[in-house]
Amino acid sequence: MSILSIKGLEKSFGDKRVLRGLDMEVPEHSVFGFVGRNGAGKTTAMKAVLGLLGCDKGEIFVMGERVRYGAAKTNRLIGYLPDVPEFYPFMTAAEYMYLSGECLGMTKREISLRTGELLSMVGLSEENHRIGGYSRGMKQRLGIAQALLPEPKLLICDEPTSALDPIGRREILEILQAVRAESTVIFSTHILSDVERICTDVAFLEGGVIASSGTVVELKARHASADATVLEVENSADVALFLKAYPMATVKDGNILRLCGGDVKTKDVIAFVAEKGIPVLRIEKEEPTLESVFLEEVSL
Amino acid sequence: MRSFLAFLKKEAVELYRSGRAILLLILFVALGIMNPAVAKLTPWMLQMFADSMAESGMTVTAVEVNALTSWTQFFKNIPIALIVVIFMYAGTLAQEASSGRLIPLLTKGLSRRKVVLAKLTVVLFIWTVGYFMTYFITYLYNAYFWDNSIATGLLPAVIHWWLFGLFAICVMLLFSALAKSYVGVLLSTGATVLVSYLLGMIPKLKCAVPSSLMNSASLLTGIQDSLDYAAAIWITVVLSLFSIASAVIVFDKRQL
Repeated sequence: MSILSIKGLEKSFGDKRVLRGLDMEVPEHSVFGFVGRNGAGKTTAMKAVLGLLGCDKGEIFVMGERVRYGAAKTNRLIGYLPDVPEFYPFMTAAEYMYLSGECLGMTKREISLRTGELLSMVGLSEENHRIGGYSRGMKQRLGIAQALLPEPKLLICDEPTSALDPIGRREILEILQAVRAESTVIFSTHILSDVERICTDVAFLEGGVIASSGTVVELKARHASADATVLEVENSADVALFLKAYPMATVKDGNILRLCGGDVKTKDVIAFVAEKGIPVLRIEKEEPTLESVFLEEVSL
Repeated sequence: MRSFLAFLKKEAVELYRSGRAILLLILFVALGIMNPAVAKLTPWMLQMFADSMAESGMTVTAVEVNALTSWTQFFKNIPIALIVVIFMYAGTLAQEASSGRLIPLLTKGLSRRKVVLAKLTVVLFIWTVGYFMTYFITYLYNAYFWDNSIATGLLPAVIHWWLFGLFAICVMLLFSALAKSYVGVLLSTGATVLVSYLLGMIPKLKCAVPSSLMNSASLLTGIQDSLDYAAAIWITVVLSLFSIASAVIVFDKRQL
């Protein structure tokens, strides 16, 4: 079942058509990677889902309930982490969580319990300083805590890792992975390694429409023809032997060969090496990465 | 209502922690003390400058000061307080919208109209409490030094000026909901007051425009009374309500 369903969404800013009939289904309990280059319309689509942005055409449903611009009651089901989360700098994390809880209509006891749990989960429970002194990573972690306050069915994270250092990125990805048990996560990004690391499903946004979507495994399988065998021979002199047997092979760095296309299978290459007694330093099957899939799908 | 009170509380915490509360307190108290002080010191100051003024051909005669002198000073000084309040809060809605700080709260069910109304409540609270604090300080000093009964139309004059301040704040909030920049809000608010002032130069509109509520001299001395300004009072109240209603509608539609 889809937790989020977008049908024929269109949005223009002046003459610029950002979304051109976006159709998207997000399966429940998935970590959904919403991938597109900068300016592809990811944030526009996310804001439309939250009812923060009116659209020219199309419909959005969250758990079967239609999203309405300006008064999105569906937001009670959604937690939102903006790309650059901004908070009131004069407040502490706990005070901000309390303000958020009161806006949600939670009781004081509920707010207190959830605040303790969530700030502890994101590693901010000991932080008594005002938010004004927080680093970008700390703000991002607080952003996740406030987004999870209402125990959302759907957590929307808009490029949560794009401006973080490697440690900050790892922390956020670990938190999102932990959240997966309770919520469906939509993870909008242009960093494909992050998607590959935590996402179960993915959709590529290009030209205002979904160029391709499916589970990560499915998408990679669809591009299995792009499989390649990479081997490194000990002696450069043996490279010629390979080029004679596999004319489609490309040479990299003198004695590294990449055999791709045609009917080349890794097991056949291994048999060839054994038969000819060629000393080989390494031999491996190169599977398609999401990056190669993305580049192929959006025809860059 | 709960989310409104929560946001109102956030505004109050911001007022206190940003240091604005203490600055405004100092300003309003200082103005309250300054009005009778300036009146009381006027004869002494004129005496001090008497010699240099005599060299220019001017003669200083005995100056009589009373509560009216102090109240006149009050109405000369109170625009400073209103300008400071407007400068402090001119960008309140525009910045809230552009900073992105509102988005997480809006996605949690806080409505935009509650944001506008909470901001209005805080600014009006500051203006009302500060203004009447200045008034009472001046009143007490005047009662000690002179006799306040000489200012026969004091209360209407004070209420008229407060109402003008309320109008200016409502207009400022409307432009804060409309404009994208702080300077834009200030210029638009200033332009509105200027237009009102210029319209007030037309004899027929003299007592009908909001800026006419700043004319305190004739009220203080009892030459005119509140009834002469009935049209201005009604127009000011209607324009203030219109400004706030428009601010709510505009901010509801503003793209965040």
